[in-house]
Amino acid sequence: MLTDIATVFWRDWVVLHRRLGTFILSRMITPILYLVAFGWGVGRSVQVSQGNYLDYIVPGILALNSMNISFNSVASPLNMSRLYHKTLEEYLVAPISSLSFIIGKVLAGTLRGMISSVIIILLAYVFGAKFQMTLFFWLVIILNCLVFSSLGFVAAMLIPSHEEMGNFSTYVLLPMSFLCATFFSIDKLPALVRWVLELLPLTHASHALRAIGSGGEAAGLSWLIMLVYIVVLLGISVWTMEKVRE
Amino acid sequence: MIQIRNLIKKFGERFAVDGISLHIKQGEIFGLLGPNGAGKTTMIRMLTMLTRPTAGMLSINGWQLPQDEQKVKQILGIVPQHFNLDADLTARENLELHGRLQHIPGEKRTKRILELLEYVELSERADDKVQNLSGGMKRRLMIARALLHEPQVLFLDEPTVGLDPQVRRRLWDLIRRMATDKLTVMLTTHYIEEAEFLCGRVAILEKGKLIALNSPAELCQRLGVYVVEWNVDEGRQTKFFHSREEAAAFAGTLTMTTTIRRSNLEDVFVELTGRKVVD
Repeated sequence: MLTDIATVFWRDWVVLHRRLGTFILSRMITPILYLVAFGWGVGRSVQVSQGNYLDYIVPGILALNSMNISFNSVASPLNMSRLYHKTLEEYLVAPISSLSFIIGKVLAGTLRGMISSVIIILLAYVFGAKFQMTLFFWLVIILNCLVFSSLGFVAAMLIPSHEEMGNFSTYVLLPMSFLCATFFSIDKLPALVRWVLELLPLTHASHALRAIGSGGEAAGLSWLIMLVYIVVLLGISVWTMEKVRE
Repeated sequence: MIQIRNLIKKFGERFAVDGISLHIKQGEIFGLLGPNGAGKTTMIRMLTMLTRPTAGMLSINGWQLPQDEQKVKQILGIVPQHFNLDADLTARENLELHGRLQHIPGEKRTKRILELLEYVELSERADDKVQNLSGGMKRRLMIARALLHEPQVLFLDEPTVGLDPQVRRRLWDLIRRMATDKLTVMLTTHYIEEAEFLCGRVAILEKGKLIALNSPAELCQRLGVYVVEWNVDEGRQTKFFHSREEAAAFAGTLTMTTTIRRSNLEDVFVELTGRKVVD
């Protein structure tokens, strides 16, 4: 099984390696815009209870960016592979388990999310942000990438057209990007909205990164929710691999 | 080698494959012939485990599907109708990926890749991205990929569709060269001449049902080896005969211009279904 996971991952690594320069450059644009607009622009006239607004939003930007990159690294190519290029068939007819394929793809998406996170961290330091990086800080980023790579896998396998993939991002990822404690604290939001947001994994990734980044500890609930999402989404992914053969 | 018993595939209320039973022997080149929508591709997809049957029994090399799926996948080579090569990889990388997925050990894999690139005459384009290859080259690369792990059964779904006649002929030669006692080939086509040239036996499908099964020569023999054709106001008329003399004698009784020729699978198909294969 490990060999099969490595094979699936190898294919994505070959493609990424060939485009690594372009990938890194393109991943710098959005974080730079966020850091300029919210860090230097809005941030200089805003103070939050935790101190500097730039320090406050960096964990949020890390969370939302790793979400977007991990999701899109898996969702869009896999959806195209299933519906248009039909390259998914090469894996469906191969003597490998569905889980090997899923884990290989999810890990490849996670790697891309991690690379973009490294870029943001370096840029954040350049912009003067201060936060602590520990192993747990990285573990939260890895879990967040795993959650959204897995979500990308499920979306790619279930959504019936590439156009509708765009809608999924608009209706699901975009609202999360802004509402899940990325740019502001959700404490002052109406209770019902807060309750809904507390169910979403990105909120917990933002909370956990902010807590660890400011020298504290992530809540147990945040770890639990991210882990539950990963397990459930991987389970659904296995089911989609059978459904695609109907 | 391949046993199919009462195979059914329904999409909603529509039968794509409707109760087909077949037995294909080891080393045979077997053709599935029929017009678009006859159920040929659905048959291949079920045999290659890309689509689950609604009902029926499938076994390959004595292994049942889907129970022995992983074992069966190791002995199947598949060339689908559409180009499903990975456009982000080179020709060599596509073969490398397939070899790894089929668990071919490293050294043997490298050797087989070189051999097959040579075999399909793509050695010089090995490091080109797939998107830069022509249609015929892509098809040859797909055949190389399907043969890489030395399969016992090769499925070719419309292997020459969309290719120009010269390239088609080259691929036919390649398929004939591949067919050995060890390799069973099942191909689908709606090109009559392809089935006649390549296949030992053909199954003619229409609307998901098996309507004829035999060698192309036997099917023509049963219908009549010679055909007289003539035109009337209602369209082209045909009559079949078992000898040229009978056909010539009949043609002599007609007052209009006639043609005498040998019958072919197209005639068999038209007689059985009332329409042409390419309709």
